[in-house]
Order: sequence, then C-alpha cells, then structure tokens
Amino acid sequence: MDSKFGDIFRMKRYSVFAVAREAARYHTGWQRAWASPEPKKKYDVIIVGAGGHGLATAFYLGKNFGITNVAIIEKGWLGGGNTGRNTTIIRSNYLQDPSAALYEKSRSLYETMSQDLNYNVMFSPRGVMMLAQTEHEVRGYLRTAHANALQGVATRFIDPAEVKKLVPIINIHGPRYPVLGALWQPRGGTARHDAVAWGYARACSDMGMHVIQQTEVTAVRKEGNRVVGVDTTRGPIDCDKLGIVVAGHSGVMAERAGFRLPIESAPLQALVSEPIKPCMDVVVMANTVHGYMSQSDKGEMVIGGGTDSYNAYTQRGSFHHIEETVRALVETFPMISRLKMLRQWGGIVDMTGDRSPILSKTPVEGVFVNCGWGTGGFKATPGSGWAMAELMAKGHSPLTEEFSMFRFREGKFIDESVAAGVAH
Amino acid sequence: MLTLHCPYCGVHADETELASGGEAHLKRFGPGASDEDFEGYLFMRENPKGVHFERWRHAYGCGKWFLAARCTNTLEVFGTYPAQSTEPPQHVRDAISAKRPGWTWREFS
Repeated sequence: MDSKFGDIFRMKRYSVFAVAREAARYHTGWQRAWASPEPKKKYDVIIVGAGGHGLATAFYLGKNFGITNVAIIEKGWLGGGNTGRNTTIIRSNYLQDPSAALYEKSRSLYETMSQDLNYNVMFSPRGVMMLAQTEHEVRGYLRTAHANALQGVATRFIDPAEVKKLVPIINIHGPRYPVLGALWQPRGGTARHDAVAWGYARACSDMGMHVIQQTEVTAVRKEGNRVVGVDTTRGPIDCDKLGIVVAGHSGVMAERAGFRLPIESAPLQALVSEPIKPCMDVVVMANTVHGYMSQSDKGEMVIGGGTDSYNAYTQRGSFHHIEETVRALVETFPMISRLKMLRQWGGIVDMTGDRSPILSKTPVEGVFVNCGWGTGGFKATPGSGWAMAELMAKGHSPLTEEFSMFRFREGKFIDESVAAGVAH
Repeated sequence: MLTLHCPYCGVHADETELASGGEAHLKRFGPGASDEDFEGYLFMRENPKGVHFERWRHAYGCGKWFLAARCTNTLEVFGTYPAQSTEPPQHVRDAISAKRPGWTWREFS
C-alpha cells in the first residue's frame, strides 16, 4: 500500500467480538470505513462513478485480477446516485440467455456478499413475485418459467391460490385485472442498497484503492486514439485504462471521451410510505397496472413508480406518475388506501433501445463503458462489477460478449423490453 | 408539471395532455445508407444535459405534432414551433442564446 493512509486504514474486521470489544471501551476504537486520500498522479485503472457498479468493478479488479492501483472518482458522494435511489429488488428471472446468465451470476454473488465483504448488506432472499393479470401475461410468464428452467434459474409459475397464501393482503379478484397467477422466484429478494456501496468502498479502500469523492471528471485526455488520463476538478490524473460507470450521465461522459452511445436518460421515481406493522414479506411486482411494492425492515412500504416519457436529468420525475402508481397499487392492495406517503424521489436511468445494458469496449482504446441498466441496475451490481472487471482486465468476458455497444449496428439485440414489457 | 404551448391550437397543455415523441430534427437514412448512418438514425441520440429539441404530440387536444426546445436539466421551455420546421426558428434560437450564453449549435440539416 502506498497511500499515506494505508497503515491507518488497514481494515479491522467487523464481528461479534469487535462489537463486544468496542462496547467495553465506549466505542472509541471504530475506524473510518474507508480512506479519503489525495489523488495520485497516475493509476493503472480509473473508474468514473462510485456507485454500486463502479465500486463493484474496482473490487473485482482487485479480488479476481490483483489490480489494486485503482482510483474510483465520484462527482458527488459515494452511492448518492441510483445506488441510493432504487427500490432494492434483486431477481434474475429474465427471458434471454445472456441476461439470465448475467443477472443470475449477480444474484448468486448477493447470497455470500455480506461474508465476502465482511459488511452486512442485509440480503433478504424473501422471494419475488411478478403478477400475471392478463392472459397474455400468463403465457409470457409461463414462457419465462420454462426458459429459466433451461437456464438454471430457479423460478416457477404459481396459481392464484398460492399467490393469496404468500401475500394475504392482495386482492386477487380485482375489478379490472384479477390475478391469474404469478412468476415466483423464491431466492429473489432485497438488500440494503447503501450498504452494498459502503461495503464495496470499504473493501476497495482496504486493498489500497482510492475512493475519491466530490471530484468531477471534466475531460478525457487521449494520445491518438488511446486514453492517457482524465482532467478532474482536482487536476489531471493519468491512467492506462478508464472505466465509465456513470448510469444516467453516461451520454455526458461519452461525449467527453469522444464517442456516442445509444442511450437516453429519463427520471424514474420511487416513494415510501409511513412505517406500518409487518404485512407483506415478499416483493410483489404488478406489471400490467404498473406498480411494485415491498416492505422494508423499518416497516415502510417501498413503492416503485413510472419513468418519465421524455429525456430529463432532474432527479425528481413528474408528479402524475405517483398518482398512476398509487392508483394501481390501491387496486391490487386495497388495505393501503389510507396509507400516508413519506418521501418521493427520482433517479436518472439510462435506457438503451433493447432495454438491456451495455458492457463494452468503446471506439477509444483503453476506455470501457458499463451503462444502460435502465430501470433495473441494482440487482445486477455484483455481477456487473464481476463481468466488467474481467472485461477490463482481460479484454473479453463470456458474460459481456453479447452486451457490446456495437450490437445495435449488427441488429443483435437482447430484447428484454419485449420480454419484460415494462420496468425491469 | 411540464407545460408546453401548442403552436397549432394555442393551448398551454399539461404534460398529461401530451405524448412525447423523442428527439427532433433526426436525419433519416434508409436503404443504401452505410451501417453507421443507419445505426445513428435508429439508435444514437443526442441525450444532452441541457438544451434539447424534441417532438411532441398534442394527443388529448388538437392531435397535431409539434416541436419544442427544452432544457433537460431545468425543464425550462425555450419555445415550441411547427413540426414541419427543418431547424429551430430564429425566435427559439434567440431565446436559447439569451438564456444559455455560449451554447454551441450543432448542424441540423
């Protein structure tokens, strides 16, 4: 470790013994979770964006490939973008093979993430249920269940009686869209999204990587067609490889690097209710009426809303989407009709034409891009980082092969927009 | 809530009355075009953080398509103009130049 903070920030493990030890000395011995070092002149790899995906990329570069001379540069604060704004749902019940492989890798990494990072990310495999409320949706989910069986993703189609048994508060005889069944993934669930970012940041810092917050990358410096570094609000920093992992601002960063992306950015909203007693211990997604809901450990109902239909970078979204979402959920869960909503917010999602992500080399040598996760990136955080790290270290990865940014030119879509039909 | 002035029927319409139609002033490429041009036309978009030109339809009003210049960062609207325009008219350009000094213009044709 060549950071001057290196020795100070060698990570002390969290454990029950650590809690007992600190309890005995008035909690004076806890160290900061990660260092805030001054940037060096040069790194082997710079990752732009310290959200979940950027930090996970850095973590697996170090863990799987021994590349630890890495800086993760963040414009705002750690995990303050979409990582801290999503509804924390984790599932892998996708239709297309490349998606299922990537998302299932991700879901399986969540299973042991708390142990791997020595940080409690509160992964809760409580089960994810996607309601089928039209005949078309029933056929679609049956197809997905069969595809998942072939892909080795554990899902099954369940009947309305089983839906009611798992979620007693649901109204399966709704007036417009009665519940006809559901696609059920028992090992899907939720995790604490902030903890995922914090856990990765702490582990990266422990490997000697630099997490540099409050620093914007303002330009990408090139020699010929090869990246040699970046300009930041804290001066120029050199690098051999650059990873752009900035979600909603991918288009902005790509322009600074000198290429275009097939991406459009729009706000996606979420809201939470006041906390109530435990009433629903699974995640329910109702895609026909468009709303999805789970209950957090604090008791708040966490509700995912709609995406604005036009490009915007305002992290709030249009008000009428809240009404549409809440109306749909009240129809599905009549008991929440008197519930008060506490907070509403938006995050900028980066949408591709086929609603599948981009993990790819770019027209600029040494620059890699990880974006296009659209409305469903949180669930992919560890898998995305795993695959992106392999791509950046080796130049290719079996998981990212199909997710090239050049697939649009070739017409090789991974068409989850048809498969999911809606936010995913 | 976003409100746009429909240049045809003169109504200041709420966004619930409108349908968004994506980026305006796209240059169309068809059979015989290069792969790169065709890909650009179908998939590549400006997606700017700032001034943006868009197609909108007054769906629950007069039903007509029109174009709008809008800031994607502040949702400020600089002006709307008829769909037949091949580039933003002078009054819209003036409004943008006045409010966003230094804004660099791209080619529209």
